[in-house]
Amino acid sequence: MSNRIAVVGDKESIYGFAALGLDPFVYEEGEEGTLMFKRLCQNESYSIIYVTEAAAMTLDKEIEKYRSAPSPAIILIPGVSGNTGEGLSAVRRSVEKAVGSDIFND
Amino acid sequence: MAVKQVNPTRMELTRLKKKLNTATRGHKLLKDKRDELMRRFLEMVRENRALRMKVEQALAKANGNFVLAKAAMSDETLKAALLAPKQEVYVSTSYRNIMSVDIPVFDTETRTPDPNDIYSYGFAFTSADLDDAVLSLSEILPDLIKLAEIEKSCQLMADEIEKTRRRVNALEHVMIPETREQIRYITRKLDENERSTQTRLMKVKDMMLQQAHGY
Repeated sequence: MSNRIAVVGDKESIYGFAALGLDPFVYEEGEEGTLMFKRLCQNESYSIIYVTEAAAMTLDKEIEKYRSAPSPAIILIPGVSGNTGEGLSAVRRSVEKAVGSDIFND
Repeated sequence: MAVKQVNPTRMELTRLKKKLNTATRGHKLLKDKRDELMRRFLEMVRENRALRMKVEQALAKANGNFVLAKAAMSDETLKAALLAPKQEVYVSTSYRNIMSVDIPVFDTETRTPDPNDIYSYGFAFTSADLDDAVLSLSEILPDLIKLAEIEKSCQLMADEIEKTRRRVNALEHVMIPETREQIRYITRKLDENERSTQTRLMKVKDMMLQQAHGY
């Protein structure tokens, strides 16, 4: 099974990935963007979807749905607008879920 | 604790005892599973954090490179340069089983083996900064894939740990005490029945003796 990798976010952050051979999807806030993201998640030919932290802020609900699904893996990455720490806090949420409290608090 | 109504019969007692036995064994197994899952999870999550920090730092640098590249050339040229990528990345997913959790393992493959195929443009009209930017990004890619693998595994394992913990708690605090209570209830009831039969028999014997011999 050969799948592709998608990158979702604002244009500036993702076009570099296009050169590497990942599929870029420009996300704009709003219904259309959400719909596009939903379709992307349901599309089984993408097993990894990288989402910029800025885009993830508004796609929170959708991303949450796929946390416990085996596929696709939705991973947050920092965009050009800077690192918001959202990616690390996603890791922290996993820890909280498993352990009950964040034991890597630093 | 409110005890569910059970029939105070021997058959029911045997059934409940068997149930208690299974529950206790299941509880022990699940507890072991939870502990092992937790151990693996903590190991993995530590790796996840370290890798994420590394990737985020590298990405910030790559993004910086891209901003630089963008500054040095016009928007149109940049777009044209990246419009038609030569390289494609395929990922094949296999699954590895850790304590009944299927965690993904990603294997990547590029369409062409040539590492220079990430430059989808002629070098004449683009700045050298763009080459640097694309190169720095391609260096992160293996780590990014690894991050996806580990992070997804962590999410899946966190889910499984939560489920297992719930099951352990349900067995420990609800199922096992309830069954114990029911077993106790039945034993008492049966004992009581036996005592009442005993006294009844003694009474009947007394009465029969009275009738037969007058004492």
